[in-house]
Amino acid sequence: MTTVFFLIFALTAIGAAVAMIFQRNPVYSCLCLVLAFFALAGLYVLLGAPFIAAIQIIVYAGAIMVLFLFVIMLLNLSAEERERPKRPRFLPFAVAVGGLLLLELALVFRRAPLLGMPAGQSETSVEEIGLKLFTDYIYPFELSSVLILAAIIGAVMLAKRKI
Amino acid sequence: MIELLIIAVKCLVVFTAALLGVPFMVWFERKVVAHMQMRLGPMYVGPHGVLQPFADAIKLMFKEDFLPPQANKVVYYLAPVLGMTTAVLAFSVIPFGPQTNLFGLLKEPIPLQVTDLNIGLLIIFSATAMGVYGIVLAGWSSNSKYPLLGALRSTAQMASYELSLGLSTVSILMLAGSLSLNEIVNAQAGLYWGFIPRWFVFQSPTGFAAFLLYFICGVAETNRAPFDLPEAETELVAGFHTEYSSMKFAMFFMAEYVNMIAVSAIATTLFLGGWHGWGAGGDTSYGWVIGLGWFVAKVISLLFVYVWLRATLPRLRYDQLMAFGWKFLFPASLVTILATALWISRQVS
Repeated sequence: MTTVFFLIFALTAIGAAVAMIFQRNPVYSCLCLVLAFFALAGLYVLLGAPFIAAIQIIVYAGAIMVLFLFVIMLLNLSAEERERPKRPRFLPFAVAVGGLLLLELALVFRRAPLLGMPAGQSETSVEEIGLKLFTDYIYPFELSSVLILAAIIGAVMLAKRKI
Repeated sequence: MIELLIIAVKCLVVFTAALLGVPFMVWFERKVVAHMQMRLGPMYVGPHGVLQPFADAIKLMFKEDFLPPQANKVVYYLAPVLGMTTAVLAFSVIPFGPQTNLFGLLKEPIPLQVTDLNIGLLIIFSATAMGVYGIVLAGWSSNSKYPLLGALRSTAQMASYELSLGLSTVSILMLAGSLSLNEIVNAQAGLYWGFIPRWFVFQSPTGFAAFLLYFICGVAETNRAPFDLPEAETELVAGFHTEYSSMKFAMFFMAEYVNMIAVSAIATTLFLGGWHGWGAGGDTSYGWVIGLGWFVAKVISLLFVYVWLRATLPRLRYDQLMAFGWKFLFPASLVTILATALWISRQVS
């Protein structure tokens, strides 16, 4: 049963991700990415992390992608602008970054099996996550909040030239 | 087998109840607004016009289903479906009443709730978060000016108010110590000094502030007056659903009303003690009916406030709306969380 669900979600995630890249229409790309996020949320539920799944949907599918759509709608590219350029300028850069990610994936696959579940899993409660965040992982947690603060200040600086 | 059947029946009952709430709410709104304006409202179809919404629904079904020639067909059809689905989704985790065996019909008592997840509240937030898509995609796919403007307004509005909406419920999570709606409701059982119910609005002074914040944000999230900027008819014709007709328009209409009922039901569950009330629950065979009655009564009183606001307040200007959301509601909800933390630490020590 779990394997069936895993295959459904995994294939949907991959299919949606591929479709997102090959779509010409940016709005379709955006919707495909939302679908991919949903499939990922399903995978998180299968891994016994419903909290992460819900946060995935609220934050990524619900907030960030809506802002993406917002920007796409504001720009509203016409059909000519959507044509793909003949020679992509960022090709070497894209290959480098993609290669790096592929290498990382290969390393992960060498350690973990393709199918199957992690051992000794049980549904993690919100309380456990909170306790972990504020005890064992307090430094990464605080560091990431500083990072977010910096991003907020950066966004304000960009939006308001004169402060 | 019987468990699967119970789940299916529960889903069906809740879905039907949510949809049947719409004609009731339409009638209720028209009547209340009419009486507030010294009119009678619908009077002809059925006694006091109760069948008017059904007549309207039949009329809408027979209207021409028009597809704008420049519209993006797939997304245009997808948008109302998304809007409707996300609206109904919130009802899947709300507890409507205590456990019951339906007057001895079932051997094992069942909870009057479709499913009790320990991330129940987050499910509701994800449904709210996805609700924006229906509106945004409708506005974009219509390929017309007014819908696009309505959709843009709505995106900014809902993204801004969602934040305060979420934060305003955090103090309830702190008081209840759980995300499961069932546990949140049960943390509000009982009375203070024998007559004040232990609802979260009364449990701490911050509970009441959080309730007000939640309800204001809820009105904004459902795009209702005075926050109905996405469909401001004086400026935008009908906003995001200008180009929709017939049943597709009806679906947006229904989604809006289901959302209103959902926001009221969630507010009841989180702040007003859910189904708890005098005589609800307990060991008696009819206790669950009283509990259900309390729940419905509380939801209807909140819906009355919705209508009351609509009949009283003029629509905000767009910059006022944004300033109110970010400069008042957002800091206010953060202060409420801090105050709740202080309150709880004092209770503990």
